[in-house]
Amino acid sequence: MSNLFEIKGLKSEIEGKEILKGFDLTIKAGEVHAIMGPNGTGKSTLASSIMGHPKYEVTDGQVLLNGEDVLEMGVDERALAGLFLAMQYPSEITGVTNADFLRSAINARRGEGNEISLIKFVRQMEAKMKELEMNPEFMHRYLNEGFSGGEKKRNEILQMMLLEPKLVILDEIDSGLDIDALKIVAAGVNAMRSEERSFLIITHYQRLLNYIKPDHVHVMMQGRIVKSGGPELAERLEAEGYEWVKEELGIVDETVGQA
Amino acid sequence: MSTPTASFGRDAASSIARSKNEPAWLVAWRENAGELASRLELPKPEKTPIQRWPLDLYGTDRPGAKIDSASQLPEALTKLLPAEAGGALIVQHNSSVVYTHLSDELKAKGVVLASLEEAARSHEELVRKHLMTAYAPDEHKLAALHAALWNGGVFLYVPRGVEIEEPVQALLFADDAEATFVPHVLIVAEANSRVTVVENASTAVGDAALVLNGAVEVFAKAGSQVRYAAVHSLEKGAVDVSYRRAVLEQDARIEWIVGELQDGNILSDTKTILKGNGSTSDAKIITVGTGKQRMSLTTGAVHFGLSTESDMITRAVMKEEGTAVINGVTKIEKGATRANGQQTEKVLMLSPKARGDANPILLIDEDDVKAGHAASVGQVNAEQVHYLMSRGISKTEAERLIIYGFLDPVVSEIPLESVREQLQRILERKLG
Repeated sequence: MSNLFEIKGLKSEIEGKEILKGFDLTIKAGEVHAIMGPNGTGKSTLASSIMGHPKYEVTDGQVLLNGEDVLEMGVDERALAGLFLAMQYPSEITGVTNADFLRSAINARRGEGNEISLIKFVRQMEAKMKELEMNPEFMHRYLNEGFSGGEKKRNEILQMMLLEPKLVILDEIDSGLDIDALKIVAAGVNAMRSEERSFLIITHYQRLLNYIKPDHVHVMMQGRIVKSGGPELAERLEAEGYEWVKEELGIVDETVGQA
Repeated sequence: MSTPTASFGRDAASSIARSKNEPAWLVAWRENAGELASRLELPKPEKTPIQRWPLDLYGTDRPGAKIDSASQLPEALTKLLPAEAGGALIVQHNSSVVYTHLSDELKAKGVVLASLEEAARSHEELVRKHLMTAYAPDEHKLAALHAALWNGGVFLYVPRGVEIEEPVQALLFADDAEATFVPHVLIVAEANSRVTVVENASTAVGDAALVLNGAVEVFAKAGSQVRYAAVHSLEKGAVDVSYRRAVLEQDARIEWIVGELQDGNILSDTKTILKGNGSTSDAKIITVGTGKQRMSLTTGAVHFGLSTESDMITRAVMKEEGTAVINGVTKIEKGATRANGQQTEKVLMLSPKARGDANPILLIDEDDVKAGHAASVGQVNAEQVHYLMSRGISKTEAERLIIYGFLDPVVSEIPLESVREQLQRILERKLG
């Protein structure tokens, strides 16, 4: 298997405070990696920095998707290159319907003159919404406006399914989901697993990993990966918490930039 | 360009009314208004120095040529008509109404659609009972001038219990900058009736200066429902003064849907008087400020009745050097228990030289009520742009989606597809 996604020595800061302090990770095509860790260890900063959120400034390192450095690209170009981030707090946008938004996103991939027909698009969107057990009326609702936490998460997965990215980052997709919704979201993700597509799952809890089996599990502290293992690592973290990892590695404060 | 008249008063009002052979009661009424106009002051909208606007361009009486069929209208207007001829259409061209169409079906139900000038003769009692009782001639100089000068105009009467499905369409159009262009729309909706009116006001006078001094009065009797949509797209040299008023009886409802998409200065004031218990009002206004436009946009709700509800939303996109002052005034009178008045003013700033002011005002004289306001002035939200871009949408397209989306709550509510399309065209032009 080839290296689909590589993060090399990534350093990133917010408002002058360094959060990521040389982050390394390699994901092969078809793999599912999970990053776990307590609050404040830089997990969401990692996701936001990779996607190019304007609040984060990357100061060093590379993020390679199929060998191309996405850090050199604009946010939209990163998405077109195959990157997808299911966000922890998706924006609400008044006046832009879910359908109009997704059609624009799909057409951005297809290019001018090759736009998807309305009928074909509606059929696709309806089919995926059904899989996610979403109310069909969400198609014409304003983007995320008035959606519950769980509905927003499903809507993120819906976008992933329609946009068919190569590398999917799920940032705390399980927060705010009840167990039924979690199963539906997991089924959506599992349906997308393939030889060519990889996943990076960021989560506090092992719960999600019962439904989406990772190939590799990493523990993040102080803005970098401090321990890696297989699915059994996630189970031990769930059972015993993070204290043993800190003791083993001699870490007193696992968070970053609390100075 | 019209020559400013040094003074306008009783005599001027009288001679215009007489020259048009208006009925005696109206001549006397006009004379009184002319008298008021000569001594009243201009209104004083918050932070908008309208005394510098060329409001003294009264023009002269320039009736448009009567036509026999809507197809004879200028192309700019025929585009606004629905694909299939509607049941009710009235057109004011410059100083007079040139075309009125009302289907036999609606006539048989007792619906009246006529120019206000005609109705002043044919339906004197109804007109006298309502005309400028919600927008009084003595409110200020512009109201008095309107009373003295109104011409053409629309009179719509919907009898008790009659429900009109298709929108009644009113086109107000000026292509002669010399013309007095002072339309008055008077709507009387009797008990339990239902009607939608779509009004367009536009000009084709190039850069010439012109004043539209217009007014709308809606009287919604018990249990009636009136939806009033207006799209104004006057050109750069035209000043648009539009006062809109609705008076609601018990359980009546009004919805205002207004697109203020002029290129020139705007003074607009849209107010509902919730007189009857259980009456409700919903007002949605959008605008796009471009060039050096100055605008004062006010929405108002005055609650008298018990359990009355009002909601007002104004959304403005400000570009270039446009300046908007947006006022929302919710007034709850003593005794209006369980009233609920909500308002929102939002301004989206697209240029560092544009200005936007949002002034929510709540005046509450009763304890057992709910009232709320939200006001914001800001730029395109960077977080939203990022979210859309993270799905592959370009920055330009992301901003476009957000800006159009900001205005969509009004655009999507416009009841006639042809007018909605017109609105889209204007937005595309103004938003660039």
